[in-house]
Amino acid sequence: MEFKKKTKVSTEIPTASMPDIVFMLLLFFMVTTVFRQFSGLPVELPRAKRIEKLEAKKNVTNIYANVQGEISIDDKLVRVKDIALLMYQKRKANPKLIVSLKLDKNVKMGIVTDIQQQLREADALRVNYCSKYGE
Amino acid sequence: MLLEKKKEREVAIPTSSMADIAFLLLCFFLVTTSLDLDKGLQLGLPPKGESKPIPKKNIASILINAAGEVAIDEKETPVSAIRDIIKRRLAENDKLIVSIKTDRQTPYQVYIKVLDQVKMAEATKISIAEPEQ
Repeated sequence: MEFKKKTKVSTEIPTASMPDIVFMLLLFFMVTTVFRQFSGLPVELPRAKRIEKLEAKKNVTNIYANVQGEISIDDKLVRVKDIALLMYQKRKANPKLIVSLKLDKNVKMGIVTDIQQQLREADALRVNYCSKYGE
Repeated sequence: MLLEKKKEREVAIPTSSMADIAFLLLCFFLVTTSLDLDKGLQLGLPPKGESKPIPKKNIASILINAAGEVAIDEKETPVSAIRDIIKRRLAENDKLIVSIKTDRQTPYQVYIKVLDQVKMAEATKISIAEPEQ
């Protein structure tokens, strides 16, 4: 009885479709990349443990405040009493608005309260105290 | 004279390096993409002009003074103990509302620490009282 010769199994990985895969990944990252629009003020965020992620970036408006008492929204320095009007317009354009407060950990609660009162005035009630994880 | 036969020209675009180019672009976008979303403590502010009288037994009032010292119902407490105290009081009374009151000079960091502790105690009804002027 004659044995059939074993067919040689190809051991090479097919690389012909690799560019397609890479291009697919590339497209994904190109679509998801958002170049930073606003940089804000340099602040040192406070630390907390029970932090949650903000879901939709497009609904978020950042308010920065530093120790010197400067407040910045969308790269513009604003006065406390102007926040209400500005946020009201944003709130009208997007009812799902979330305000992310990026405040320096050394600011005094006086400023925080003033900002909050302005936000209540503007009916922008979803607030996020931006903080880093840690002790 | 012998005419040379015209050589057939190669018309295919070389695609062997396409993968390399794609990888290069991919690397660039991988590096520049920031998938890190903002994280923080989330809170809903009360609508303007809303104030309801609440029976005093349902309130746990946390006071933070200008020096960052914390007191729960007039008893001075270290920040790290807030979680257990609030948890215990929530177990006794599930209608408990945690009220956080600060001074205008209170450091923001202490306020976040206290809020963090209260959130860790699974308290959902948190009220932010206005500081006294």
